[in-house]
Parts: sequence; C-alpha cells; structure tokens
Amino acid sequence: MKYFDYAATTPPHPDVIRTMAEIMETQFGNPSSIHGYGERADQLLRRARSGCATAIGVKPEEIVFTSGATESNNLAIKGAALRYQSRGRHIITTATEHASVYESFMQLQQWGWEVTLVPVNSDGEVNDQQVVDAIRPDTVLVSLMHVNNETGAIHPIAEIGKQLKKKAPRVLFHVDGVQGFGKMEARPAAWGADLYSLSAHKIRGPKGAGLLYVRSGVELTPLLSGGSQEQGLRAGTENVALLVGMAKAMRMAAEDQVDFARRTTVLRDRLMETIRAIPEFELNSRTEGAPHIVHFSYPGMKAEVALHTLEQLGVTISTQSACSSRSAEPSRALLAMGRDAACAGGGLRISLGDEHTEEDVALLEQALHQMVAQLRPLERRM
Amino acid sequence: MKYDMLLLRFGEFMLKGKNRARFEKTIITQVKALLKPYPGASLRKEYGRVYVDLGGESHTELIKVLKRVFGVMSISPVKVTPSELDEIVKTAVAFMDEREDEFKEGTTFKVNVRRVWKEFPNSSHEMNHLVGSPILRKFQQLSVDVREPDIELRVEIRDQGTYIFNETIPAVGGFPLGTNGKAMVLLSGGIDSPVAAWSSMRRGLEVECVHFYSYPFTSQRAKEKVIDLARALADHAGTIKLHLVPFTEIQTAFTQLGQDNLIITLMRRSMLRIASKLAERERALALITGDSLGQVASQTLPSMNVIGRATDLPLLRPLVMMDKQEIITLSKQIGTYDISILPYEDCCTLFVPKSPSTNPNLRIVDKIESTMSHLSEWVDQAVEQTETITLHAGETSVVTNQTEDNGMKDDWF
Repeated sequence: MKYFDYAATTPPHPDVIRTMAEIMETQFGNPSSIHGYGERADQLLRRARSGCATAIGVKPEEIVFTSGATESNNLAIKGAALRYQSRGRHIITTATEHASVYESFMQLQQWGWEVTLVPVNSDGEVNDQQVVDAIRPDTVLVSLMHVNNETGAIHPIAEIGKQLKKKAPRVLFHVDGVQGFGKMEARPAAWGADLYSLSAHKIRGPKGAGLLYVRSGVELTPLLSGGSQEQGLRAGTENVALLVGMAKAMRMAAEDQVDFARRTTVLRDRLMETIRAIPEFELNSRTEGAPHIVHFSYPGMKAEVALHTLEQLGVTISTQSACSSRSAEPSRALLAMGRDAACAGGGLRISLGDEHTEEDVALLEQALHQMVAQLRPLERRM
Repeated sequence: MKYDMLLLRFGEFMLKGKNRARFEKTIITQVKALLKPYPGASLRKEYGRVYVDLGGESHTELIKVLKRVFGVMSISPVKVTPSELDEIVKTAVAFMDEREDEFKEGTTFKVNVRRVWKEFPNSSHEMNHLVGSPILRKFQQLSVDVREPDIELRVEIRDQGTYIFNETIPAVGGFPLGTNGKAMVLLSGGIDSPVAAWSSMRRGLEVECVHFYSYPFTSQRAKEKVIDLARALADHAGTIKLHLVPFTEIQTAFTQLGQDNLIITLMRRSMLRIASKLAERERALALITGDSLGQVASQTLPSMNVIGRATDLPLLRPLVMMDKQEIITLSKQIGTYDISILPYEDCCTLFVPKSPSTNPNLRIVDKIESTMSHLSEWVDQAVEQTETITLHAGETSVVTNQTEDNGMKDDWF
C-alpha cells in the first residue's frame, strides 16, 4: 500500500520516534518541578523552544506550546477576540479556512462578533486588496491560512501582512501556517504576522504537539485556566517528549524545505499532467499552488467510491480534508471557489511527502487509470 | 517605505577633540557586534557618522538594536537615490507620500538640501525649491515654514548618491562602550544589578559580570537565569563576560558562626574581596553594585560603610539615589525585568537572617573575620574555581552545559 495523504498526517520520522522514546524512558520529569528531574525536563523544553523559534525566525519567548494547530488556532482567534473586544467586535477570514479557524469564527459570531468572509477567486486565493478593504474601525483580527489544506491554494500572506501593517497596524494578523511550513518559506515575523500556528504531525513529527507564535507585545486571553505554564497562556503540564520531537521535526523540515519543494514540484507537475489527460477528471489545483497538494474532482462519481477503489489498487489518497471527510457535506472550500455541488462533493486529494519517488508516482498514475477504467460503467449511476 | 540604510549620529563625546577617533572606533566595534545576527547589514564610516547599509534586513528591527549603541545620539532611516535631479525629486515625493496619513490641514514642512558634492549643477538653495515645489503641488494640505516645520525633509547630495530622510529617532546616547575604562559588576539574579550594569555601560564603562552561586543549595536554573541576564546585557554591549564564582563554602562557614544578624554584611564583604581579585586579574579598575540607599539592610549608610571597606577599588553604585519604581521602569526598558522576576533562590536570598543588622559595627566585623583563619584561603580558592563564559548579542537562550551527565543528548534536537 502506498500512502499519498501527507496533508492529513505524515508518518513520524524514525529519528523523531527514537528521540521521543528515549526521552519518555529517561526524562520523565515535570518541567515545572524544581528538583533535578524537573530541571532537566525544563532544559529540554527550553532547547525545544529555541529550536522551534529558530526554524521560523522568531524569538524563543514568542513560542507558546500547544497540543496542535486546532488548539493554536482556537487560542489565537478566540484569545485575541476576547482580549481586544474593547477595540471592537469585527473579525475577518475567508470561507476556505480550516475547520478549526472557521468554526472558531462561527462560535465568536454566536457570541456576538461580526464576521466578514472575504471571497476567494476560482483558484481559491484571496485578493489582498479585498482583505484590506474589509477592514473597519472596529476590526480586531484577520485570520488567513498560508496554504489551503484541500487545494494547495496560496493566500498572498506577505503582501497582506505588509498592507495591514501600513493601513491598520492595530488589527491583529493571524496566519495558519500548518500546510505551508516545510513546503514554502515560513517567516511569520517578516510577513507582519502577529500570530502563527503550526502542527508537528504534518512534518513527520508527532500528533498532539503544536505551537502558536505570539509576537512580543501581543496579549491573548487564555482559553485554559490553571498553572502558569507557557507564560500563563496555556496551563497544563507540557508534553516534553512530543515537544522535543516537534522541535527536531521542525529543524529537519526547515533544513529540507527548498529541496522538498523542488522534489515534490516535479512529482506534482507530473501528476497534474496525468490528471489533465484523463477526461473524467477536473483538476482544481494550479501549478502556482503548494508543491505537495493535487486536488481534483471526478464529477458523477462519489469520491468515497473512487477512494476505496484506489485503495484496492494499492494506493491511499483522501477525500476533502481528513478533518471533514467523515461528513457528507460538500467541501466548503470548493463551494467558495464557485464549484457546483457535484464537484464540491466529489473532491479527491493527493498529497505528497518527502519520501515519495518517481516510482511511487508511476504506481499512483497507473492506479488512477485503472480506477477510471473500472468505474466507467458505473458513472452517473451513483 | 523601503529604506536603504540607517544613519547613526554621535553624541556628547564629539566635544572631546583628541579622543574622537578612538571613540568612533569603539562605536564601530559595538555596532559590528550587535549586527552579527543580521548578516545582510554592513557598515560604513564617515566623518562624525556611521552608516549601516540594510542589505535587505528590516529597518525597524535594526533600529531597535542600534538604538542601544552607547554614544549614538540619534538614528535616521535613509532612502538612497542616484544624484540626478529627476531621481531626487521623484524619491522625495515618494518619501512624503508615505507620510501622507500624518498630514492635516496646516501641517508645515520644509526641505533642507545640503549639497556636499559641489559638482552637482544646482545649488542647495535652488534645490530647496526644485524639491519643495512638486511636493507642495501634490499635497495641498502642506504649507512651508522654514523656521519650525512639523516635517523637515532632509536631502544630502553626495558624489556616490543622494540621501533622503526625515525621521530622527533618539538613541541611548552616553559614551561609547569602554571609553571610560573597565569595571566588574556584581550581578545577582535581582532587578537592580542589571540596571546598574547597563547604566555603567552607558557612561562608557566596559563591564564584566561576577555572579556568586551556592550550588547545590541553589539550582541550575538560578545559574541559567543569571546567564540569561548577562545575555540580555550582551544585547546592549555586543559581548559580555560572566564570571561564575562558587560561594557555597564561604557562605556555609558564615552560617556556623552564630552571628546571624551579620551574615549579610560578612557575605557581601567576601564578595567584594573576590570581585576585587577578579578585577585585578581582568585589569578592571572599579566595582559596581546595584545598591540603592535604604532598600534593604545591607544598603543602609552604615552597612554600605562597613561593606565598602572590604575593597580598595572605587565602589560605584549607579542606582544609589534612585527609587525602586524608576529602577523597575529602566529594567523593563533594557529587557532584563522579565528575567529578573523569575523566582529561583540565589545566594543572596539564601540564609537571610530574621533581623539583619542595619547598623553593623566595623570593629566587630573585623574581629569576626580575623578569627576565621581560612577566610582568605577560601577567597583565593573561589577566585581559582571561577568559571568564565562569554555571551554574545542576539544569541537565544541555550542550555550551556551538563547535557552529557544529565543523560541528555544533543542529537535529540
């Protein structure tokens, strides 16, 4: 079985697993304890923090460790909205954001905040001018993803950050960096981002570890109350082994980023050619998008059927994003891009990782051809 | 606005004619040290000024760092343009365009052109008009005031290019680092001593830090805290030497004497003796402490008298007349406050007696010390066992040592 769902999650790197196992075995102290066990755990955490900070070019004290990007996104959005509600109750995002961002916005809407969803174009990209034009005097926060998890579409984050800093320096700018880090250059501070979320398991680190970059000077209302860990922003004993694993995975991903993009772009472009050549398919990603994601639709065929057929043929890809693929709803992102319900309900995603080779992609292409041949008689009947 | 370089102007020491060259050189050394973490930036010296070419680095970030250079009075972010009339006018207008948000009806401005390169065809006076007129045409809200304008757009025409700037950001001032000699600062983990160190640096002293630790009563984290404090000072100085002195033996000996109320006095006298020996070794000519009059028992006038007599070196107390709140404000400004308030015990907070003497008697203290036959031996030993580390600007906190015997492995990261 060949796995092509790296945007959902990646197999943890063997070196990361070994590191975490060794730490769990020998360094189980609570970093808040003042005895030697605690001190050693605290030292590990400090090194992990400074490693993570280096990988995205920020300061260690600007890193808040979390359990993953869902928590980071919730803390960034609700934490900022609650902290700065005296400035106003208007927040801005798009309809194509990840569920953890979108649903945080919807929750705030229920609590009385006003939400503007800036439209995206047919490629899934937001226009920088439209974002800036959506700013009002009572706007508190703009939240955008760097790379879309379904289609690989890229928002012009750096440009938007620059314009926000110029036009509305008090409006906080949150970037969900989950699918961008390790694939594209990630420099939240240089973009003018005030908040930036990451997750470890998308870059061959462990699940259950993530971080939020909080630019110095930005304050958040914590969502979890308790101890004073993470500068009081995130109570709870830090998961030392996983966080060190994340730091290691981030270092490796940052070091490999340019090479990764070069390798996967070749494979992705080849896959795109294949998909364009199969008349049953509609390609939804563009070559200007992220190097590791190819999204396409098979109109007239239920995506799940296509997925299971491919699995029979030895390859695993995904429908929509993993976080929403168990719901029967058509993809919010694709609907926002102007696709019809049939297309939005039948999205298929191939996402590549650092291990994939030309042979793997050849195998996948062969499976795609075979799948279409097998399913052709069933088209339109489903 | 994308700036090309920063212009650094020097301060009060310019008055001292003969020293100027040495002072400038010192400033350049410090600028270089602070720019280490920013490989794009490079530096150029000219009479009475230093230019930092940004080379793609962020001007806001570099201004933040270079504002700390002792002896620098002010910084201006500069746009460089070819020395041709059209280019100069175009850039000047674009420059004002950036500022348009600040303009109100009645905002006044003036153009101040300096033609350093005399081959340039138009005179400074002509240029004021040639640059000013298109700006006035474009921004109707502006009017000219040559005496006290709200905005002064400065244009310097030079052979190699024309510099356009208008902001003058005040910097830390003072004397260039080290131009008034070197001193040892006694650095505890508290709020005051880092501020004392910084204040001394601003007066042109190079400082080396001395810290006393009482392992195993205090933790590795207390030590790391002091390393972090010294590192924060290095962000101002470029580099900082930190001497870590083992103090456990002497401290324990004092607790055995049955003279609890004098422990602090005795301890501080020993610290000064050790620091004096280190100063001699490092060719420093003074000791600096964070004492502030009346703050604690050891900082009453009688205490300062008895303690101060333990050294022959000048004892500098830059904070002696300052209020705690002023000290806290400064420590926040220089970036040491958040580190200082971390809660770990250090040797100064250990064994604090219930009622430390605020009025120690020099004769009695001398007598106690004379009965401690090993005291000078211990002082020498502490100096010998002192560990010295050097910290650099822009370094982030890392665990300094003991990774191996802790069972930690570097390859985990």
